[in-house]
Amino acid sequence: MKKKVGVYICHCGGNISDYVDVEKVREAVGLEEGVFLAKTTIFACADSNQKEMVQDIVDNELDAVVVASCSPKLHEPTFRAVTERAGLNKSHYVHANIREQVSWPHSDNKLGATEKAIHIVRSAIAKVILSEPSEPLEIKTHQAVLVIGAGVAGMKAASSLAKMGTQVYLIEREHFIGGRISHWDVLCTTDETGKELVTRLYNDISSDKNITLFTGAELIGSSGSMGNFTASIKIKPRYVKSACNENSFEKAISACPVEVPDEFNFNITKRKAIYHNFPSEYPHAAVIDIEHCTRCGECEKVCPQIDFNQHEETIDLKVGSILIATGFDPYTPHEGEYGYQVIDNVITLPQFKRLVANSDENLLWKGKTINNIAYIYCVGSRQVEGENKYCSRYCCTTTIYSAIRANKKFENLNHFHFTRGVRTYGKQEELYHQASKEGQVFFQSFEDDLPVVEKHNNKTIVKINDILTHKMPIETEVDLVVLVTGMVPRAENNISDILKIPKGRDKFFNEIHMKLRPVETVIDGITIAGACQGPKNVVESINSSLSAAIKSYSFVREETLSVNTLTAVVDASLCKICDACAKACPFDAIHPVNIGNKEVAGITESVCKGCGMCLPVCPENAIQLTSFTDNEVEQMIDMLARD
Amino acid sequence: MGIPEGKAAKILVFSTEKISDPAIDMAGLLKLHYSSKVYTIAVPCSSMIKTRWILRAFEQGFDGVFIAADGSDCPYGESCTEKTGAIVAQTHAIMKENNIEPMRLKMAAICSVCSESFVKQIKSFNNNLVEKLKS
Repeated sequence: MKKKVGVYICHCGGNISDYVDVEKVREAVGLEEGVFLAKTTIFACADSNQKEMVQDIVDNELDAVVVASCSPKLHEPTFRAVTERAGLNKSHYVHANIREQVSWPHSDNKLGATEKAIHIVRSAIAKVILSEPSEPLEIKTHQAVLVIGAGVAGMKAASSLAKMGTQVYLIEREHFIGGRISHWDVLCTTDETGKELVTRLYNDISSDKNITLFTGAELIGSSGSMGNFTASIKIKPRYVKSACNENSFEKAISACPVEVPDEFNFNITKRKAIYHNFPSEYPHAAVIDIEHCTRCGECEKVCPQIDFNQHEETIDLKVGSILIATGFDPYTPHEGEYGYQVIDNVITLPQFKRLVANSDENLLWKGKTINNIAYIYCVGSRQVEGENKYCSRYCCTTTIYSAIRANKKFENLNHFHFTRGVRTYGKQEELYHQASKEGQVFFQSFEDDLPVVEKHNNKTIVKINDILTHKMPIETEVDLVVLVTGMVPRAENNISDILKIPKGRDKFFNEIHMKLRPVETVIDGITIAGACQGPKNVVESINSSLSAAIKSYSFVREETLSVNTLTAVVDASLCKICDACAKACPFDAIHPVNIGNKEVAGITESVCKGCGMCLPVCPENAIQLTSFTDNEVEQMIDMLARD
Repeated sequence: MGIPEGKAAKILVFSTEKISDPAIDMAGLLKLHYSSKVYTIAVPCSSMIKTRWILRAFEQGFDGVFIAADGSDCPYGESCTEKTGAIVAQTHAIMKENNIEPMRLKMAAICSVCSESFVKQIKSFNNNLVEKLKS
């Protein structure tokens, strides 16, 4: 059917019309085949213009619409909604970007900009003329959200979702919730302890009937799509009955002969194979580390609540959205990096923070009193040689804050900061000022001349060519070297493989767009929050978790959901089922189906993400992507090439 | 065919909706100037571009085709770079068979904030095309 197309060319105030002759564009495109109406408008997005467009469509019985204005990222949804309000299928709307890609980059060439705008609008007209109506797929929604990770971001997101009335399943891989925050004694800049913050959040989630918490629980599989996920969760047993008497449990800990490095203190202390981390971590329930337990039976003799008959179980949860908040790992320096694991008084920042938290009157390391402390900055961040090119953002502030806290707690400490430029951004700059006033000393080097840690005659020496004093060589003897380690993505995190969440160059989870869609992933219905997305401090993690909670809620608040209909389509008459498309599909959306007596590639529409990776690999050219068919793309090319 | 002296090359850019097209948008926002003979078609992912579309562009008179690829930032998966590279390699081979200079098809990873890089790449591509195809 021949379409009647309406075309609107926006002045955008003067953003477009100052550089593009919009009247000339209107005249040129008004002559194109299929164009019934062509208008210019001062602001296409204004309410008054939107109403006029609806009226035009209805009065003139238009079949399709093109608006030439700003980037489609901003107003394509606006004008699609206008066409829908006028009774058209939203596929019959095409957006032409003549601001960001015409008037602004070619503001130095008005004739060229006008000519380019004409070509772009013609191209959009060619596409809209070929557009086919598409109907959104209505799917029934499971009105529940799975939150993965019960650190500060996950707990805050769970609490926020529950308050909106949504059922929330909160799973934590460890046996205790709280994530990294539970490790920290005092948090900058509020002086609140990690324990206080975790306690508050735990009280929120445990008192909310909409939240079900699973600890020792790990995602092992997922199927379905937005609105209709089935998540398989493996739950590890604690091997201790929930109503454990604390006295007998303490006896069991004493009786246990197995000692292993305590991850809670970043391995600077040891714990037993049967252990607890409370009062700092929740729930206040003990656990047996079954990987290290020798099953000697000593604990069972003194504690009747030990139960080795508990079994691992797997449950399936039906949810409409998944919110990932799996956090980060502190960077672990490799052996010999600034003397780590080679020189015995070189430790990492998390170890130092636990050392300060666990020490009372004196700050001791391996029995020796600490007076002089060197901090080597940017270890595992801003790497020139390594993979981690990024800045971890929080480390400068937390190091300086830890030094200030150590000064308050212990006497006679001297702090020497070997930095690559201090990045205590925002209000945190006051901490830098305070540390400087306290007499803490700051040196600086560039990445091509980093500080060196050496051991000579039982003395630990840190050397730097300090650029703040014209590269003067400086040597400092210290009692402790603290490597200021940054954030890296969680190790052993197979969520990316299970949920097909892409990672960025930094190996953290990738959002769709850092500014416009900062908590959404390319997998519809799955959002990301906190430091699993990249280095963030507590405040930033909570901000992103609230944002992700709102977004996840938008997927589950209604009983049904309309899903995107951009999908691959197979021409069964051409398909020779060679399997190339199935191999190319990263989402496992293509499987053989029988059509009549012929086996062909079949697309699962609800799983297909519309990436089109299957298109060019088909030797028979049997696959098209809706809205990007050969005909549409080639017509666009023809129009852009036309003189 | 040839590019007349003093004229810019006509270039078709295949950008990607979520990654490289935002970078091209931002180049405009930053008023980074480049040739007005550069036209863009945004597609969901650079690894969906068909050889026949590229050849069509040359047939219709484009001097060059630039694929602003997702690279490692592709929201659809890590295999994008490899797959887009394979499409370019396959197209280069066909171009050679058809006596089309392979340098007329160029691919570069353009991330969502790579505005300056895009402009630099497109200017360099234009200069190379003008040099190679001058009439």
